[in-house]
Amino acid sequence: MNGKAASDIRDGFRERLDYNELMNCMRCGFCLPSCPTYGQEQYEGASPRGRIALMKGVVDGVIEPDADVERQLDLCLGCRACEPVCPSGVKYGHLLEEARDVIQSKKQHKLPVRLVRMFVFRGLFPRMKWMRRLHVAIYWYQKSGLQRLVRGARVLRALPGNLEQLERTLPDVPGPAALRSRPTALSAFGEPKMKVAFFRGCLMDTMFMETNDATMTLLRMAGCDVVVPPDQGCCGALHAHGGEKEMAKRLAKANIEAFEAAGADAIISNAGGCGALLVEYDHLLRDEPQWQERAKAFTSKVRDFTEILIELRFADRRLSLPEQRVTYQDSCHLRNVMGTSKAPRELLRSIAGIRFREMEEADHCCGSAGIYNITESKMSMGILDYKMEKVRHTEAHTIVTANPGCLLQMKLGIVREGAEARMRAVHLADFLLEAALHDSMSGGSA
Amino acid sequence: MVPATIKARLIDIVGENQYRDSNEARLAYSYDATPNFQALPDAVLMPQTTEQIRAILRLCDESRIPIVPRGSGTNLCAGTCPTEGGIVLTFNRMNRILEIDEENLTATVQPGVITKTLIEAVEARNLFYPPDPSSMKISTIGGNINECSGGLRGLKYGVTKDYVLGLEIVLPNGDLVRTGGKSTKDVAGYDLTKLFVGSEGTLGVITEATLKLVPMPESKKTMLALFEDIDAAASTVSAIIANRIIPATLEFLDQPTCKVVEEYAKVGLPTDVNAVLLIEQDGVPEVVERDMQRIADICREGRAVSVKIAQSLAEAEALSTARRTALSALARMKPTTILEDATVPRSKIGDMVKAINDIAKKYDVMICTFGHAGDGNLHPTCPTDARDAGEMHRVEQAFEEIFLKAIELGGTITGEHGVGVMKRPYLALKVGEAGVAAMQAVKSAFDPNNIMNPGKMFAKDARKRVVING
Ligand SMILES: Cc1cc2nc3c(=O)[nH]c(=O)nc-3n(C[C@H](O)[C@H](O)[C@H](O)COP(=O)(O)OP(=O)(O)OC[C@H]3O[C@@H](n4cnc5c(N)ncnc54)[C@H](O)[C@@H]3O)c2cc1C
Ligand code: SF4
Ligand code: SF4
Repeated sequence: MNGKAASDIRDGFRERLDYNELMNCMRCGFCLPSCPTYGQEQYEGASPRGRIALMKGVVDGVIEPDADVERQLDLCLGCRACEPVCPSGVKYGHLLEEARDVIQSKKQHKLPVRLVRMFVFRGLFPRMKWMRRLHVAIYWYQKSGLQRLVRGARVLRALPGNLEQLERTLPDVPGPAALRSRPTALSAFGEPKMKVAFFRGCLMDTMFMETNDATMTLLRMAGCDVVVPPDQGCCGALHAHGGEKEMAKRLAKANIEAFEAAGADAIISNAGGCGALLVEYDHLLRDEPQWQERAKAFTSKVRDFTEILIELRFADRRLSLPEQRVTYQDSCHLRNVMGTSKAPRELLRSIAGIRFREMEEADHCCGSAGIYNITESKMSMGILDYKMEKVRHTEAHTIVTANPGCLLQMKLGIVREGAEARMRAVHLADFLLEAALHDSMSGGSA
Repeated sequence: MVPATIKARLIDIVGENQYRDSNEARLAYSYDATPNFQALPDAVLMPQTTEQIRAILRLCDESRIPIVPRGSGTNLCAGTCPTEGGIVLTFNRMNRILEIDEENLTATVQPGVITKTLIEAVEARNLFYPPDPSSMKISTIGGNINECSGGLRGLKYGVTKDYVLGLEIVLPNGDLVRTGGKSTKDVAGYDLTKLFVGSEGTLGVITEATLKLVPMPESKKTMLALFEDIDAAASTVSAIIANRIIPATLEFLDQPTCKVVEEYAKVGLPTDVNAVLLIEQDGVPEVVERDMQRIADICREGRAVSVKIAQSLAEAEALSTARRTALSALARMKPTTILEDATVPRSKIGDMVKAINDIAKKYDVMICTFGHAGDGNLHPTCPTDARDAGEMHRVEQAFEEIFLKAIELGGTITGEHGVGVMKRPYLALKVGEAGVAAMQAVKSAFDPNNIMNPGKMFAKDARKRVVING
């Protein structure tokens, strides 16, 4: 990095990083055991305490923001497992987000990286249309027989990192016709108890459309009138965490507007990664006073679907499934930012016929972390292998997750283990719907 | 800077990837948990074997390069801050439990084993390793031994030194020494094991330790007692012990701490409470039951306004919330948190807490005190802001007066955190000039070239801040 870029980054850190927050870290080290990258590296620089010290070191002028410093910040999963365990309540996630944003904006990426970033952040994710186009491409890839060909000839072997295995985790996606006819309003089965607005997400409403449908069905079963505001867009999480803050803010404002119109009691998400940014829109827009009130009104309504199901006593209903051992992998952002960890477990435990086995360190990141498993595949696979070892101890047949990224990563883990025949990974919503329907089909007998 | 030729030899010893001297690496190892201390080392080494450590020490001794051994860097005395540069030596790659011997009731471990990992491993076999510093989920056994760490169970079970049976030590000249062993009785020569416990990395590097285990207590009960005044609580503590009951835990929170905890955690502590005692007893169920009843009676006789015994694990958890959240509550108040550990004989706890409150008022700083009442080990804690030079000066004066008071009451300047850089100006207060001289003689016998954690423990003459006269 040249001298100018370094001093720009330092100035940016000085201006944007909250110094109180940097000082708030009393360096007690209590966050170290929760950090997956520290677990892998056993090296202070790869720990939350180390990363905060690096940021502070740059601000204080003790070190230059050189490539090594940047490397440590890149290696962070952004899983925020370091936050709930911090006695000082340091908001690590916010520090990281600002630091990454500064580095991105001051940095000259090499051309190919710039193009990919442009495509992903500006083209793909903010635009449902593009998302759908990509999706259709995947659909044709799968349906035309090309996928079979590719898999047979192992064409993808030539690609870097773990892309070949990643390809095998792609779900069978719904066709283009299904994408065009998405619902906008659905009413409760029976007496409506609540009106909720559903946040559909980008990946969730294309590749995981069935999961979205399952979620809405569950909400309706629990007594919710469900509206799906048509003008909503991408939550902006990938942007906010990837150093594209301005874009994230624009998306946030658009969503706030879209949901205000819906006038619902709650805004429901079924993907921890999205939900966690939705609940922090007020923080994201903190420098824009004219948006504060609206942002606060929005965030105060955001809930994970599991919380609403518990509140509406969905777990009291008869739920059952064929006998199987089940374990649950927390979504980092659902747990660490939205604070939801009990509701999913309570729902699982209420299903007759399954044996729920808590896995050790279920609260540790699986290494998916947005696009981390592609950009940092070595670390990501190290973390995943560690995770699969814990899964193995539970002898589970089913790994339940609550976020699309985690779901794909767990599928990848199963592929890597060669365990496709004895293990599956599912989203909690799909699993719960299975349980609700299984019971009605078997006549509700206990 | 490590000279290029020496760097090359060090890399030969540990391997390319285990030698780091980037700015990023040096910064990441420039601090520990002590507020306001930071200094960059010249390099960080991550050895994997005792042989590597021997070679490193031999080389550094020849070339007079300081060595700072570092566990997880959670000490509170700037003990791993490389104030004189040199090499930070880490033990993350030496973190195996080598053996748990169920016949001799010992565990043999490498220095980088995390305290909690050891505790869990032995508990899985129904054995017990009692020293449990609050930092145990990240502190290392090497660090615990070198600080002689205590914990919540210190009153009944003692501290780290009571559980170290034998050590493998690399001396600065590269010699390997084995002290003690698995036998309880051993008087062959000087007790070097005890000498190295609490030596803060200033004498040599510990590469292996054999620790004593005890059988796991069968059951445990928890009680919370609230008092309107501090004297009542303090004399209750003394009364419990005088009644020949030694509780496993006897923790204390003073009024300012209670206030902060209540504001933060809303655990339902009444606002007029001036002292809280958290008491636990473990052992055979019948004995535990009997002890708890007697302790409850003693508390009531001692004017406790409320006494609650937990009936379930969940209730026990709830009762201990106040104590568990004390640090979090305090740490969130201000950007800087200074956690001290002045210690007095337990009969003087009341006097000490009152003195601390007076001193805080005098210097206009906030000091909340909690800690291990059973063994007189208090944690006066000050939420402050390191950027406020004026306040920091007053905080320093206040703590100086607190240390003096602790000594006056027959106590000590540090019960479990160690001397390091932080308290080296006060060491003579406690052990006297002759005591310091004797300790320095020990230091130069082991480490004539002063490469082991230099600048720790002993003040450079000119920097002594406290004059002792009556
Ligand atoms: C929030 C908080 C709570 C705490 N609570 C307690 C408590 O309840 N009780 C208590 O006693 N302490 C407590 N401490 C202090 C600290 O955690 C202990 O001193 C702990 O033992 C340090 O372990 P460590 O692995 O972090 O060692 P470090 O801090 O890395 O090192 C401590 C000392 O040991 C030396 N050292 C480490 N390994 C070796 C080795 N292999 N050979 C030679 N020298 C070595 C170092 O040079 C240094 O002098 C607390 C600290 C914090 C931040
Ligand atoms: S737990 Fe919090 S205060 Fe402690 S080192 Fe980690 S971030 Fe800092
Ligand atoms: S966000 Fe996750 S990976 Fe990053 S420092 Fe915190 S715990 Fe470690």
